[in-house]
Amino acid sequence: MPTTSVTVPRTLSDALRVLADSPDATVLAGGTDLMVELNSGHRGATDVVVVNRIGELCTWQHNPQLGTLHLGAGITYSEIEQSPIAGWVPALAQAARTVGSPQIRHAATIGGNLGTCSPAGDGLPVLCALEAQIHLASAAGERTLPFADFMVGPKRTARVPGELITGVTVPVLPGWQGYSKVGVRNAMVIAVASSALVVDQEQQGVRLALGSVGPVILRCPEAEALVAAEGDFQSSRIRSTVVAQFAELARRAARPIDDHRSTAEYRRHAVGILAARQLRRAFPNE
Amino acid sequence: MSSEMYSLHVNGELREVRDAWVGESLLFVLRERLGLLGSKGACEQGECGSCSVLVDGELLCSCLVLAAGAVGQAIVTIEGVAPLGAPNDVQQAFVDCGAVQCGFCTPGLIMAAHALLERSASPTEIEIREELSGNICRCTGYGRIIEAVQSVAVARRSAT
Repeated sequence: MPTTSVTVPRTLSDALRVLADSPDATVLAGGTDLMVELNSGHRGATDVVVVNRIGELCTWQHNPQLGTLHLGAGITYSEIEQSPIAGWVPALAQAARTVGSPQIRHAATIGGNLGTCSPAGDGLPVLCALEAQIHLASAAGERTLPFADFMVGPKRTARVPGELITGVTVPVLPGWQGYSKVGVRNAMVIAVASSALVVDQEQQGVRLALGSVGPVILRCPEAEALVAAEGDFQSSRIRSTVVAQFAELARRAARPIDDHRSTAEYRRHAVGILAARQLRRAFPNE
Repeated sequence: MSSEMYSLHVNGELREVRDAWVGESLLFVLRERLGLLGSKGACEQGECGSCSVLVDGELLCSCLVLAAGAVGQAIVTIEGVAPLGAPNDVQQAFVDCGAVQCGFCTPGLIMAAHALLERSASPTEIEIREELSGNICRCTGYGRIIEAVQSVAVARRSAT
């Protein structure tokens, strides 16, 4: 189906009106996923709504009282990899820096990453580990979903026709956090396996989320419980045997498949290595 | 806008795009509708960087930009970085350093190098490699490209 209309709304209310009129319109943010499909003819999009020129969606707000950061859906990965956002959510900045190339990062947005919702999306394990809240709006109103309820399958979300992803709110946490990924080179790589670890110093806990090893981003509650019980959060100390157990629990939580990028066996192996490496960085003392 | 005709700001000029299908990429429109053949099309999926242009000052792959969505934005292509026959310092450095072999990737690399040097006066080698990581060159092995970028940075610093 060839594209027959392109709309470029400049305000959120205009965008929501367009989506109310044509709820099945295809939303185009940075274009780094959708344009590939349009160029190759693999996907048709009759009506396209371009949302990366909506000023309201291209802003962020840091709230030190609440300890939160709100990112508008139009915030790009190049903005996330730089100060000040990188200082508040370092794991998200690390993930941002692994996305594509500078050209891709100037275009690609956090809202677009959520909209595509690939299990290999680099921002998603971090948003999952941070227990991000995803904001959606339509002409009928607004709603907010936790990440775990938003991503319902590979490239499937809870977004309904007529809705637009408007932004995401994440906590600004004290404590170590990081994102790691395995791929064939540093640039232009889609993750073969990825892992985000976030330390919540106040709650004396960690949150581990794995990407590219299941139909959705996977949390690892058993691995997290192990660290809550065995980790010394004051002196960043953890025993090597616990690190090894942590890796094993991460491997067991993974539900990988064989595909053109890798094998299930390698993915399971790699994600255990990534998780263990991150835990050691978070707790450098034996 | 659902039009078959729209206008784009390209290299400082307002250019009408006629008889176009609205699903066309900016790369396609630049080359096939506006006759600007400097930006190269290879992968059409943002992997190779040979179609790199500046849109409102940001380095983008023009194959991933929906042309009809770029109305009102300032687009600069390789044709717009310097007058024809009068290469700028980045272009001249590529020639002087032997950073051009088959030349296919060169326009995209010039755009990327230009964007990097506008932002950072003395980039390290790691920075240069990271900034040019979205541009693939299958001839040079990149050594002379990095040399070219470094030579421009040195020349600009000594000129100020």
